Amino acid sequence: MSDSTGKIVSLKNGDSLPLETLPLLSYGEFGDRLLETCSNLGRVSAYFAYPAGDDELDLLAVLARDWQGDLVLLRTRIGNTYPSLTPRCPQLGLFEREIAEEFGAVPTGHPWFKPLRFHRVQPGRLDAWGRDPLRHPVPGEMPFYQVEGEEIHEVAVGPVHAGIIEPGHFRFQCHGEKVLHLEISRGYQHRGIEQLLTGGPHGATIHQLEAAAGDTTIGHASAYCQALESLSGVPASPRGAALRAIALELERLANHVGDLGALAGDIGYLPTASFCGRIRGDYLNLTAEICGSRFGRGLVRPGGVAFDVDPLLAAAMLQRLAAMEKDTRGAIELFFDSPSVLARIEGTGIVTPEVAEELGMVGMAARASGLTIDSRLHHPLGNREGSFAPVVIEEDGDVCARAKIRRREIYDSLEMVRKGLRNLPPGPIRCALPALAPRSLTVSLVEGWRGEVVHVALTDGRGALSRYKVVDPSFRNWGGLAMALRGEQISDFPLCNKSFNLSYCGFDL
Amino acid sequence: MLKVICERLRQGHRTAKYPRQDPVLPERFRGLPRLEPGGCPQDCRECLSSCPYGALQVDGGRLRLDMGRCIFCGDCSAACPHEALTFSRDHRLASRTREGLLTDGDVFALAGPLDRRMKKLFGRSLKLRQVSAGGCNACEADLNVLGTLTYDLGRFGIQFVASPRHADGILVTGPVAENMKGALLETYAAIPEPKLVIASGACAIGGGPYRDSPEVNNGLGDLLPVDLYIPGCPPHPYTVLDGLLRMLGRL
Repeated sequence: MSDSTGKIVSLKNGDSLPLETLPLLSYGEFGDRLLETCSNLGRVSAYFAYPAGDDELDLLAVLARDWQGDLVLLRTRIGNTYPSLTPRCPQLGLFEREIAEEFGAVPTGHPWFKPLRFHRVQPGRLDAWGRDPLRHPVPGEMPFYQVEGEEIHEVAVGPVHAGIIEPGHFRFQCHGEKVLHLEISRGYQHRGIEQLLTGGPHGATIHQLEAAAGDTTIGHASAYCQALESLSGVPASPRGAALRAIALELERLANHVGDLGALAGDIGYLPTASFCGRIRGDYLNLTAEICGSRFGRGLVRPGGVAFDVDPLLAAAMLQRLAAMEKDTRGAIELFFDSPSVLARIEGTGIVTPEVAEELGMVGMAARASGLTIDSRLHHPLGNREGSFAPVVIEEDGDVCARAKIRRREIYDSLEMVRKGLRNLPPGPIRCALPALAPRSLTVSLVEGWRGEVVHVALTDGRGALSRYKVVDPSFRNWGGLAMALRGEQISDFPLCNKSFNLSYCGFDL
Repeated sequence: MLKVICERLRQGHRTAKYPRQDPVLPERFRGLPRLEPGGCPQDCRECLSSCPYGALQVDGGRLRLDMGRCIFCGDCSAACPHEALTFSRDHRLASRTREGLLTDGDVFALAGPLDRRMKKLFGRSLKLRQVSAGGCNACEADLNVLGTLTYDLGRFGIQFVASPRHADGILVTGPVAENMKGALLETYAAIPEPKLVIASGACAIGGGPYRDSPEVNNGLGDLLPVDLYIPGCPPHPYTVLDGLLRMLGRL
C-alpha cells in the first residue's frame, strides 16, 4: 500500500512486498517523514542498514503505526557519515550505534556515540571509532558516563554476576546510597546471529533463532516462521497457528510466574518465592508435554508446528492447568496481600510514560508505564485476526505496576490457553512451503512475553536471505531499566532489574 | 501470616523423591538416543544430511551419534525412513570424557566418579561458580531450577556460590562467546586448586547451535580441562543432577 505521493509504503504484519516498490528517499525527506510519523502516534520498530554498493548503505526504517495497524517502511541511502537523527528522536539512539558498529557509518552529532556489542566491523569497512578493524574489540572498552564531585563514588558490577544469570557490566554513579546514573554495557553474549543467518535459511537457522533468547524460544521461532511463510506466500495452517498461540501463552505464563517468584525472593518474601519457583517449572513441563522440550525447542516450524495435541493430551493438559491455576493464584495473591511486599515495590523504580515513549519501550514494561502497545491487539495475525486480545495496562510505571501487569497477564493467559486447547481447529498441523520470493521484504511481529519481537527479512535474486534483522524487546527496554534506577537506592537495583527481567542474549544477538 | 500458613498447607510438600524414585519425563522428551542401524540400506544417508551440526557420522560402517554436538532437535529421527534412530526418555546422558559422548547404540557408559582423593574432597560438599559464556539463558534457567524445592540441590550438599573464591569448581554454559572468553578464564583462575570444570549444554561442549560462528569459541574445547560433560540443549535439570551425583560417586 502506498500514499498518493508514492513516497510512503506501508504493509501489515506478516505481509511482504517486492524490494523495488520501496522508493529511495533523500536523507532529508527520510528524516522528515520518520519524525512526522513518530510524532503522530508512530514508533520505531526496526531500523537497520544493508550494503547497497561498495561505500554506500541502504537504511531502512520500519515504523509501527499501532492505531492504524500497519507498518510504514522508509528507505534512504547513506555514505560513511550521515547526520544523526537521535537528538530529535531518542528511540533511534541504539539503532544508530548498532549500524555504526556493523558498517562503520558514523552518525554525526550522535549524543552518546559508543559501541554496543563489541564486535569487528564488517570486512572491507572502516571502524567507526578508529579502532583496528582486524583486532577483536574488548567488551566494555569505552568511556563510561562519570559523575564527579566530593562523596561521589562508582560501583562497577559484572560481567560475571553473583547468581546463575547471563553476563553484563553495570556502572552505578552514586552519592551515598542514591544512584545518580546507571550505565549498562553489554555485548558479552554476542554470537553473531545476524551474520550467521545471511545466505539462508540454512539447516541451523531455526535452531539459532530458537536460541536467540532462550526464554523466548516460541516468540523468536514464531516470528521467523511467520517471515518465511509470508515470503513464500503460504500462511501457517490454522491448527498450527492455534498451537503456536497456546505455546506462546505458556511461555508467557512460565516467565511471568518465575519473575514474580524471583521478585519475591529479592524482597525476602519466601513463600511466593518458593511456590512460584516450582510453579514456573510446572508450566515449562506443560510445554514439554507438547514437544518434549521445556522451552518449546522443536515445536514451531515453518508452515505450522511439528507436534500435534490430540484430544487426549488436550484433556490431560486442561486438567493439569486447573490444578496449576489454583497453585498460581494462591502463590501470587499472597504476594499482593502482604503489606511489607507492597511497601517495598510501590513507588520504586518509576519509568514515566513520557520516558517510556521517548525510549521507544515496548511490551510488558511499556504497558506498566501506561502505554497501550501490544502487537496482539494492534497487529494481529492468523487466528487472532478479528479477535480483540486483552491488553493489560497499568499506569504507575513502578516495580509494583510491572508486577501487577504480570499478575493480570498470567490470569488472562490461563484463560487463553484454556480456550485454545478447547477450540483447536481441525486440519493439518503444518503446510509445506514453496521457495521464498526473490528480491522481497517482509516484516514479522510477534508479541513475546517480554514484548514485541520484530524480524525483518530481505531476500536476494535467488530467494535466499540477504539480510535478516532481529529486534528483541530487550533492545528497546534496557534503557528503561537505567532510567528506572535514577534517584533510587542502589539496593533497589535487584528489584528493578527483576521487574523488567530483560534478556542479555536477545540484546547481544 | 495465617494465610501464608494455610497456603503452605494447601500447596504441600513437593520435593521430588529423586534419586530414590526415577523421574517421570514427558512422553515426547528426547533423551538418550537409540541407534539400531540393522535395517539401514548401504547408501542411505538421510539422517546424516538432516543434521546441520554433523552430530551423526558413519565410522567403519557403524552409525555413531556425538551427543556433544547433538542439540536433541529430533530432526534425524524424523528424517530416517527406517526408524533406525529414536530418542528414548532416559535422562542420563553425562560423561566424564568427550569420547564418552559418542554413542553407537550399544549401552551408554554413564559418567564415572572422580578419583579417590577428589571424591574425598568434594563428595559431600561441592560449591560451584556458574559462568554463562554466551548461553541463551535456557541452560541458566534450568540450572536455577535445581535450587527450587522440587530438586532441592542443597540436600545433596551441592550449591552454587556467588564468588569463584568460595568455589570448588566452575560450571560453564554457552559456546564461549569471544567477548566472554577473558572473563571466563579469569573466573577460572580465581578458583583455588584443586578445582573441577563442568561443561553443561551443547554450547559449552561444542558450540551448540552457534558452532563455527566467528564470534564464538565452539565451547570449552581446549580452553579448560573438563571433568564432566552434560549434553542437552538445554539439559533437563535431572540430566544435570544425574551427572553431578555420578561424578561425586553418589549414584
